[in-house]
Amino acid sequence: VKFDSGVLLLSTHRLIWRDQKNHECCIAIPLSQIVFIEEQAAGIGKSAKIVVHLHPASSNKEPGPFQNSKYSYIKLSFKEHGQIEFYRRLSEEITQRRWENMPTGQTIQVNKDPQAGRIRAVGIVGIERKLEEKRKETDKNISEAFEDLSKLMEKAKEMVELSKSIANKIKEKQGDITEDETIRFKSYLLSMGIANPVTRETYGSGTHYHMQLAKQLAGILQTPLEERGGIMSLTEVYCLVNRARGLELLSPEDLVNACKMLESLKLPLRLRIFDSGVMVIELQSHNEEEMVASALETVSEKGSLTADEFAKLVGMSVLLAKERLLLAEKMGHLCRDDSVEGLRFYPNLFLTQS
Amino acid sequence: LRQAKYKERGTVLAEDQLAQMSKQLDMFKTNLEEFASKHKQEIRKNPEFRVQFQDMCATIGVDPLASGKGFWSEMLGVGDFYYELGVQIIEVCLALKHRNGGLITLEELHQQVLKGRGKFAQDVSQDDLLRAIKKLKVLGNGFGIIPVGGTYLIQSVPAELNMDHTVVLQLAEKKGYVTVSEIRSSLKWETERAKQVLEHLLKEGMAWLDTQAAGEPQYWLPALFTELYSQEITPEEAKEGIP
Repeated sequence: VKFDSGVLLLSTHRLIWRDQKNHECCIAIPLSQIVFIEEQAAGIGKSAKIVVHLHPASSNKEPGPFQNSKYSYIKLSFKEHGQIEFYRRLSEEITQRRWENMPTGQTIQVNKDPQAGRIRAVGIVGIERKLEEKRKETDKNISEAFEDLSKLMEKAKEMVELSKSIANKIKEKQGDITEDETIRFKSYLLSMGIANPVTRETYGSGTHYHMQLAKQLAGILQTPLEERGGIMSLTEVYCLVNRARGLELLSPEDLVNACKMLESLKLPLRLRIFDSGVMVIELQSHNEEEMVASALETVSEKGSLTADEFAKLVGMSVLLAKERLLLAEKMGHLCRDDSVEGLRFYPNLFLTQS
Repeated sequence: LRQAKYKERGTVLAEDQLAQMSKQLDMFKTNLEEFASKHKQEIRKNPEFRVQFQDMCATIGVDPLASGKGFWSEMLGVGDFYYELGVQIIEVCLALKHRNGGLITLEELHQQVLKGRGKFAQDVSQDDLLRAIKKLKVLGNGFGIIPVGGTYLIQSVPAELNMDHTVVLQLAEKKGYVTVSEIRSSLKWETERAKQVLEHLLKEGMAWLDTQAAGEPQYWLPALFTELYSQEITPEEAKEGIP
C-alpha cells in the first residue's frame, strides 16, 4: 500500500496520517482499534518501523482507503526520524486509553449517541489541525516575504543616499550640470520614487515621461472638453483617463506634473488653478472670463441663483459652476448673499446702477 | 586654465556618479523583479503586508505611489491598486455629496467602496483608503482627512475647514449632532464663536438644522447619521460621479 511522504499525527483518540503534498488526503485509525504495537529497528536499506496490530474492523467502520485487508496490521515507516519518540507516545496513549473516559472536545452535535458524537467532534479536531498547519505555512511565507522586503529596502536606501550625494554635487557646482544630465537624474528619481533633493518636488516634473504624457492628454481630452463646455476639473480628468486606461494607471502626481507642462509645450489645453485651489483643464480656446458674461445674463434672468441651481440650468458640475460664479463675483459682476440657506448670487446692481 | 580644469573635473565627477546610479538602478530593478516574482501576491492579497511595505518605504524616503512610471508601480503593481482605488473613492464621494455636503466617515466610505468593487475584487482596508486619499489631495479637489473620535471624516470638497470647525466636528461625532450649549460647556467658547462655526457648516451643507428638537436647536451631521442607515447609492447619484 503506497501512502508515502506524509505527516503522522497522534491524538488522544486517533492515529492520523496526512499526505504532505496533498493536504486533502488524510486517513485515520481510532486508537481503540489497536491491539498492540512493536518496533522494528532500521537496517541497511530499511527504515525504522512501528508495526501496529489491529482488531478486526467493526461493522460500523467509517469508509476508508480499504474496506478490508488480509493483514491484521499496518506498518508505519519512519524514513527520516521520529520513530523512537513516536513509539513512546503511542505506547503511552494506548496504555492510558484516554479515549475511553474523555468526551472529545468541541462537540457541536446535540445527538446523544456517544459513538456518533465522538466521530463528529473528532472531525472538528481534524479540521482545526488543518487550519493550524495552513496558518503555520502562511506565517512562514509571510516571514520570508518580510525578510526579502527588508533586504530590498536596504538596497533602496542605498539608492536614496546616492541620489542625495549627487544632488549635493549639483548644488556645489551651482548649475554647471547640463540639461541632459538633469533630465537623466530626474528620470532616475522618478523610477525610484525619490523626492528631488534639489527642488523638493516629488521626483521632479519635466521628465520625458511627463512630456509624452502631456501630449497624450492633449489628444485624449480634446473631445471630452468640447462636450463639457471647454472646461473640466482635474478630478474629472483623473477619473476619465484612468477609467479609459484600465491598466498602467496614472498617479495623481503624474497627471498634475504632465498638465503643468501643457502650456510650455504649446498644446491646445492648459491647466488653471482657481483661488479656491480647484484645478481645471481648459481648452486654449476657452475663455472663462467670457463665460462669466453669459453667466451674468443667466443669473439676471432668474433674479438670483445658487451654485446648485446654476449648475442644473447650464449643465455643469456644481464644482465648476461655483467657480464660475465666484469668478464673476471677483470681477465685480455678481454679489453674494451668504446665509444659512446657502450661498446665493445676485447681479451686482451697485456696479450697473449708479 | 586652472579654473577650466576644475570645472571639467566637476562635470566628470557628476557624470561618473550618474553612470554609477544608472548601473545601481538596473541592479535594483533586477532585485525588485525577483522580489515581485516571489511576493507580488502578498502585496495584492495582504493588507497588513501593504502597510508594512508603505511604512518601510516612508522610512527610507521613497514614495512608491508617486508615479505610475516608477519601478514599484510597474513591477509590484502597487500603483494600479491605489490609483484605481482613488477613482472609486472620488466617485463615491461625488455621488453622496449632496446628502452629506462633502463629508463622509471613513467607515461609510469603506462600505460603499467595497460594494462598488463587487464580491470578487481584492480586499481593501481602511489604511488603503487613507493612502489613496492622501495621493488625491494633489488634484486640488479639496480632499482632506479629519481625525474624529478614533476614526476619520473624509472631506471631498474645497471648503475651508479650520481648527475651529474640526474641533466642533469632533464634538459632534459622539452623538451625530451638537448644540450651542454643548460647545460652550465643552470648549468654553463664546456663543458668537460657536454660532459662526455652526453656520459655516450649515452653509457648506455639512450640517443640518433641527429647530424642532426639545430644548435648543440641534445641528446634525448627515455624514455621521447616514452611517446608521447605510443607504444605497441611487442611479441618479451615481451619474453625478461619472464624468
